[in-house]
Amino acid sequence: MSGQKIGVYVCHCGSNINGVVNCSKVAEEAAQLDGVVVSKDYKYMCSDPGQEMIKADIKEKGLDRVVVAACSPRMHEPTFRKALEGGGLNGYLLEMANIREHVSWVTKDKEEATKKALALVKGAVNRVKYHQPIEEKEVPVNDATLVIGAGIAGIQAALQVAEAGHKVYLIEKKQYIGGNMAKFDKTFPTLDCAACILTPKMVDVGQNPNIELYTSSEVIKVDGYVGNFTVTVKEKPRYINHEKCTGCGDCATACIMKNRIPHEFDEGLSKRGAAYIPFPQAVPLKAVIDDQNCLLLTRKKCTLACVKACGRKAINFNQHETIHEFNVGSIILATGFDLFDAKRAPQYGYGRYPNVINGLQFERMTNASGPTSGHILLEDGTEPKSVAIIHCVGSRDENYNKYCSRVCCMSSVKFAHMVKDHTDAEVYEFYIDMRTFGKGYEEFYNRVQEEGVHFIRGKGAEVAQKNGRLVVKAEDTLLGQYREIPVDLVILNTALEPRVDAEKVAQTLGISRSADGFFLESHIKLDPVTTTTDGIYLAGCCQSPKDIPDSVAQGSAAASQSLAIIATGKVKISPISASVDENQCAGCRICVGLCPYRAIKLNEETLRAEINQAVCKGCGTCAAACPSGAIKVSHFDNDQLLAQIEGVLA
Amino acid sequence: MSENFEPKILGILCNWCSYAGADLAGTSRLKYPANIRIVRVMCSGRVEPTLILKAFQEGADGVLVSGCHPGDCHYVDGNIKTLRRTPLISRLLTQIGIEPERFKQVWVSASEGEKFGKIVEQMVEDIKKIGPYQKKTGDALDTVAHEVYQSTKEVAATGEEGGSHCG
Amino acid sequence: MANKLKLAIYWAAACGGCDVAILDTDEKILNIAEAADIVLWPIAMDFKYEDLYKMEPGSIDVCLYNGAVRTSEQEELARALRDRSNVMVAFGACASWGGIPGLANLVTREEIFNTVYKETVTTINEDDIRPATNYQGSHGELHLPKIYDRVWSLDQVVDVDYYVPGCPPTPETIWTAVEAIVTGNLPPKGSVIGGTKSLCDTCEREKTEKKITQFKRPFEIIADPKKCLLEQGLVCCGPVTRDGCGHRCTNNNMPCRGCYGPSEKVNDQGARLLNAIASIMDVKDEKSAAELAATWEDPAGTAYRFGLPKSLIFDYKKGGK
Repeated sequence: MSGQKIGVYVCHCGSNINGVVNCSKVAEEAAQLDGVVVSKDYKYMCSDPGQEMIKADIKEKGLDRVVVAACSPRMHEPTFRKALEGGGLNGYLLEMANIREHVSWVTKDKEEATKKALALVKGAVNRVKYHQPIEEKEVPVNDATLVIGAGIAGIQAALQVAEAGHKVYLIEKKQYIGGNMAKFDKTFPTLDCAACILTPKMVDVGQNPNIELYTSSEVIKVDGYVGNFTVTVKEKPRYINHEKCTGCGDCATACIMKNRIPHEFDEGLSKRGAAYIPFPQAVPLKAVIDDQNCLLLTRKKCTLACVKACGRKAINFNQHETIHEFNVGSIILATGFDLFDAKRAPQYGYGRYPNVINGLQFERMTNASGPTSGHILLEDGTEPKSVAIIHCVGSRDENYNKYCSRVCCMSSVKFAHMVKDHTDAEVYEFYIDMRTFGKGYEEFYNRVQEEGVHFIRGKGAEVAQKNGRLVVKAEDTLLGQYREIPVDLVILNTALEPRVDAEKVAQTLGISRSADGFFLESHIKLDPVTTTTDGIYLAGCCQSPKDIPDSVAQGSAAASQSLAIIATGKVKISPISASVDENQCAGCRICVGLCPYRAIKLNEETLRAEINQAVCKGCGTCAAACPSGAIKVSHFDNDQLLAQIEGVLA
Repeated sequence: MSENFEPKILGILCNWCSYAGADLAGTSRLKYPANIRIVRVMCSGRVEPTLILKAFQEGADGVLVSGCHPGDCHYVDGNIKTLRRTPLISRLLTQIGIEPERFKQVWVSASEGEKFGKIVEQMVEDIKKIGPYQKKTGDALDTVAHEVYQSTKEVAATGEEGGSHCG
Repeated sequence: MANKLKLAIYWAAACGGCDVAILDTDEKILNIAEAADIVLWPIAMDFKYEDLYKMEPGSIDVCLYNGAVRTSEQEELARALRDRSNVMVAFGACASWGGIPGLANLVTREEIFNTVYKETVTTINEDDIRPATNYQGSHGELHLPKIYDRVWSLDQVVDVDYYVPGCPPTPETIWTAVEAIVTGNLPPKGSVIGGTKSLCDTCEREKTEKKITQFKRPFEIIADPKKCLLEQGLVCCGPVTRDGCGHRCTNNNMPCRGCYGPSEKVNDQGARLLNAIASIMDVKDEKSAAELAATWEDPAGTAYRFGLPKSLIFDYKKGGK
């Protein structure tokens, strides 16, 4: 332990800390602590002058350890490590006391806050004395990128990385790419058709030599760390030889299950067979055999009409699932959203009344290649005379999701326009607040208002049936009146929700989710693309509900994060790792089975445990379990932790 | 017990979930009692009972250990080791005479800032009810013993008889 | 005779086994007698405390103090002996770490008194008489030592130079210690006589994957004599205990009880053992962890059988930190 010349720097963070914590008092009292030779407080330690102050003191006053009492180390530890290095000290001779997130922002009483801040500083001073210099490990970066999810965000990210000349593995769970956007008809605010802008990108994906596309595939395992992930992907059998299939659809026409299975792509508004083409613009444009409904696969009994119909002999029922393994440097997660199941809100009658549909069903209906060839039709095949659009179904609702799904106001306005455009119907929109915040959005809203749509401020409370007609009940908060409006068709604009398997995906990738269930970004404002795991980035609705422009922007942002790592060629990985003191290890083998990365092996010759430093991630579980105290984990050693505990409790 | 008793609580939090959760409580400007002092470890699997015992020895009135929810561990399953240890650590502490209110092991994710604040609040409240942790020092008796010892030494120094009463 | 070593042996809160262990060195006891003049050994020879108090500081070369400190008398003697001894040796597990008497720290003095003087069915004590330090008898005032709130190890009360581990120390360990003292070939202050690593280092039982599916007590199974006892569900203190005892327990198919104290880098014998063992419990959820943990009969008593007063929670100098 040589840390006897410690510098303590207490940051005001403007008034963020100093408004609650008496920073100069903390600095004064810290100056009295054993080993402290410099103790200062300053407005912004992370600013240039703040960092320069540290560097100058290291050089002039010969500091050998530094404590910065400021924000969370999760925020600025790297900043101050660099400052130490600038002054000629190893970055790991720094300890931060978190007096912002853990003190000033969470404490009301100023005196209490100052006391707590000082305690944390004492802990940091005690701890830093035991710090040892650690050299950061640099590892080369694999220049391939994995993109999970081939909706618009994933496609954007994949294309951008591929066009920059680097390999992309694009993994899609469905049999085709395009995601939810492929189902849309028109897109707000410009009303260009979704297919027109998406299809070229989908085709690019299929044709770009740098993109290896795996549809019907799922990532089942991710090992490694930034720069060097090993990813295991399971590809389900499609029972179709892609080399031979031309996507002609003869098998679909022949399938004896034809027109018997609700078609997912049309949100159940049309029927398909067990062999089918997902949709005319699908990429890859290949037939699909649905193993849940194919008679041969489920009952082992079929006339094999499809096989007979296929002139190319592309159908192969002997296909099995295949496992692929890829090495990549970074991962872009773009798994999108699930639509809130309106059956969960039974007051709206979805599933009970055939003329209550959700937004995606409406999109399919208005789509020229959809089940009604672009006509807005009721169950009985007639055009509606009156249509209600209900906002916030499952969003902004304590019972379902508290958050705002962000896209529904605009898509509702778009739906209203589409109804007006396609029919002569009256349109009633039930909204809580109208949120049209994007570029050209408010203008679009104004335009639709002028088209004669009735906007009713009040959440649609219930959809009932009266005298054979649907009735929407709501409180019109502008009129201060309860209203019942009879309509023919109700469109429920349902919430965007995290994918049903988001939890599993988060666990597979080792990332976190926020309280709403979407994947958690590293910083909501300053780092909305990065996850808390280095090298894994987020794009599109898997992070939070967003519209197409934002999804595309985030896809590009994620791609540039990947490209930045590739361009650097090397990444620094945490040098915190465990090691075995051979003179203490008695070879009891307690540690061996504990390492999740299998970094610990028992050397059969010496009968001592050995830790593979390249594999160890430094969690310290083995050090905590080692009965003989032979395993040390750097930077989180017992000496350091015990000293810190003593300090914070002093 | 003093009306003004403010328990000192040591929090040992994993870097990836719970420490981030506590950070989130901060960035969300949630208020919770200042009684907790947080020490960061990379994984709750790093926590060993020596850290907890040390805390009590140093005057803590309670110790809170928090990690990622099972299944969410940044290090695959470090927190599974934590959950294996917790029941035995709790029993050990109870046997040593530390009330169960003084040791809590919880799961707080990076998004559960509010939950973290509530846990601290509850723990402070619970510990206030049972009062400060008191070490078994027997200090009151020490003073007496020391006086006896001093007097015998004086007797021995003057060479008189009867230094000790218990030979 | 002037060159002979002046040796004091004292017995505090202990069972007496340590004294017997010294005799147990068999014919080597004669070598000890040849090398040393015994200036105090209450169990074997007739000395009065007055004799001790009259000695000058430094007039004892080596004091072997066995037993923990529980009473004011034991503390008084520890201090008196320390003042007069050049080398103070904590002899045996009790002096070194509190030993079996140290388990009393699991309860309070009042609880112990209630058990001994009141609650046991065989006790008849209608006047509820408890140990007192002063008693006014018909022939004058009587004094008794005070019983402290807790048990202390010797080094929590006075400065200790060396530790001789064991309950009791084996003849080999005693002889190693005596030889070192007699020849003046002393290890650095604070050393423990014995190995540095844990018992597992020299244990020849076959070790494979460590997993515990159920805790068992020694009487419940006949352990496989070739396999690691811990892997058979027996709580063996070997992984945290200092080597040097000659495997007396494990050679007899009994798990190590931990009497040689913590190995060199173990800061808390019981806590480390408990954590190591908990870590290899074969469970993955909270409910099964609690169920499995419940099959370990007495965690504190097993893990801290010989070292409770030196657990981090109790380890501070008497009268302060």
